[in-house]
Amino acid sequence: MSILLYKVALLMYAAVTLLSLVAVVRNRKNDRSRSRLFLLLAFGVHTITLTVRYFEAGYTPVTNLHESLSFFAWALAGVFMLIDLQMRMQVMAAVTSTIVTVFMLFGSLMPMQTQDLNPALDSFWLPVHVGLAFMGNAVFTVAFVAAILYLIQERMLKSKKFSALHYRLPSLETLDRVNYRCLKFGFPLMTMGIISGAVWAESAWGTYWSWDPKESWALITWFLYAALLHGRLTVGWRGRRAAIFAIIGFCFLLFTFLGVNLLLPGLHSYSTMAG
Amino acid sequence: MDIFVVGLSHKTAPVSIRETVAFAPEHIGTALAQLKQIPCIAEVVVVSTCNRVEIYAAADQGAQGIEAVRGFLARYHNLDAEQLNKHLYAHQGDAAVRHMFRVAASLDSMVIGEPQILGQIKDAYAYAVEHQSVGLIMNRFLHKAFSVAKRVRTETNIAGNAVSVAFAAVELARKIFDTIEGKTVMLLGAGEMCELAARHFVNNGVKEVLVANRTFARAEALAQEFCGRAVLFNNFADHLHQVDIVLSSTGATNFIIHPEEVQQALRQRKQKPMFFIDIAVPRDIDPRVNNVGNVYLYDVDDLQGVVSANIDERQKEAVAAEAIIEQELLQFNSWVNSLEVVPTIVALRQKMERMRRREVEKTLGQIKNLDEQGRKAVEAMSQALVNKILHQPTAGLKRAQKDAAAQPYVDALQELFELKIEPPEQGEMKQMDLD
Repeated sequence: MSILLYKVALLMYAAVTLLSLVAVVRNRKNDRSRSRLFLLLAFGVHTITLTVRYFEAGYTPVTNLHESLSFFAWALAGVFMLIDLQMRMQVMAAVTSTIVTVFMLFGSLMPMQTQDLNPALDSFWLPVHVGLAFMGNAVFTVAFVAAILYLIQERMLKSKKFSALHYRLPSLETLDRVNYRCLKFGFPLMTMGIISGAVWAESAWGTYWSWDPKESWALITWFLYAALLHGRLTVGWRGRRAAIFAIIGFCFLLFTFLGVNLLLPGLHSYSTMAG
Repeated sequence: MDIFVVGLSHKTAPVSIRETVAFAPEHIGTALAQLKQIPCIAEVVVVSTCNRVEIYAAADQGAQGIEAVRGFLARYHNLDAEQLNKHLYAHQGDAAVRHMFRVAASLDSMVIGEPQILGQIKDAYAYAVEHQSVGLIMNRFLHKAFSVAKRVRTETNIAGNAVSVAFAAVELARKIFDTIEGKTVMLLGAGEMCELAARHFVNNGVKEVLVANRTFARAEALAQEFCGRAVLFNNFADHLHQVDIVLSSTGATNFIIHPEEVQQALRQRKQKPMFFIDIAVPRDIDPRVNNVGNVYLYDVDDLQGVVSANIDERQKEAVAAEAIIEQELLQFNSWVNSLEVVPTIVALRQKMERMRRREVEKTLGQIKNLDEQGRKAVEAMSQALVNKILHQPTAGLKRAQKDAAAQPYVDALQELFELKIEPPEQGEMKQMDLD
């Protein structure tokens, strides 16, 4: 049941991607509101999917790669819609929904069946730790999108050569503010995600930190974002530099999420393809 | 009833012709009165601007009306008809309606998307209303043109991007800062160009204006005008960190702003972005300033480049606008067609004829011993009856059409007799009546 729903959600996200791209190209108000409505619908179906899977599996469905991707995509769509409430940016919608669709597509290529829960994961900390971590990831993904768009817009303004995108992209200051705002929300989420992981590790394995690859890479990513936040608050890092940082940070984040699971064996490796 | 237009515009006539054919506002009344005298013209509107003179009218026979208006223009302005005709264009039916919609939506303007033309057409309509030269058709036609123009404006980006240097600067500022409200502008030099650009910024909500000029008194005067403050020209660099936008147009022969000062200012303002607009020729600001992070420098040529890019962008939007116009044209046509009574009369007659024939056949089938003469009498009687019944409503409909008041009757007949009339599409007609 949840697998079928997942496929429906995937198709709907694909439709949203298409609609929002059309809205960017044509730049018409009707298209924009339609793509927004479809995103809301897709998100609704996805939410139902996760709920159904929760009851089918009997645990929070974030234990293998398929489930993680699904949850990541869901969090990303949700976070984006929250930001979109305040600042409407069609190009951001198009790029973000593309990423959501790619995650969903990737997730559909993984083994999707529910299986018995690994006893190590059977804990109250599972939803807390994973939920916080992925919320943080989702927020940073939005920051990444804003950063890419910032660099495009900045390049056009500096070189004085404008493509049609120039007219459709928001202002530099707006994009930079999205970046900053995401950092302000994403960083605490990520920090709490890591701390909750440590606390869980202490209660499960008796040690807060065991330097497994996921932990190390998460820490490196955390330091990157900490540096960016520090730079912003003290010396006024902003604009181009902040955008580049957000992009590098996202690359590390993606590697921590996917690369570590697929390439490096460690304590977190139950969340690989095999599940 | 045909709608037609006769006129000339910047595309067909040089300014020397346009100015002789133009109607001054105080003369439009006379012109409308004379046009109304022309027998075949039922309703008329005169649009006269510096770029176009056009006469829109409704007439029984479009071709006849066009000739009459051509003659009128030559007579009224004492021009040689043949000479004038070289510059005049005339459209009727769809082409005339499309022309009006394109003009109102500013697709036919010298600068596509400029908004004045709609106001000018509204004025022309107001004159026509005042002089009672418009009726049902022109009223509907003009209102439709206004709504088409509005639709084009809201649904396309045709008027979206600036086509003047000063506006282009404001728009660029909007792509750098998320709002201009609350920003601070510094004027270097008090030239006219600078003042104009500054005024655009102030109108868009700039919070504070600083003015620096070599003659301090001039700086003070200008500062007062913008409710800003004057600063000493020699000290302007000390204030650089307080301003977001710098407008420069001094008469200096060397650069007065260099990357060093800008970097210094940027450090002081924690890298908050700055926008430099250099309108001076020779330039005031070292072009290398553009290489400083979070700083954007535009000189006159750059702004000119932006303007021409914007004009290209408007051309692209015009394609979407044309599609809207075609759609609205269809709708308007179906309304115009619904005013026609002839199709309804024909349909009504056909229906009656079918009924008559059926009944006559039934009757003749029942009376077996009727001779040829009797049969003919029944036939003639039934025909006479139908003609008598239909005579008055037919005449009434035709009369109503002359007064352009036939629509309720046409609707009622179609409804009550369940008449099926080919085009126009009924659904669209109903929809049109609502808007």
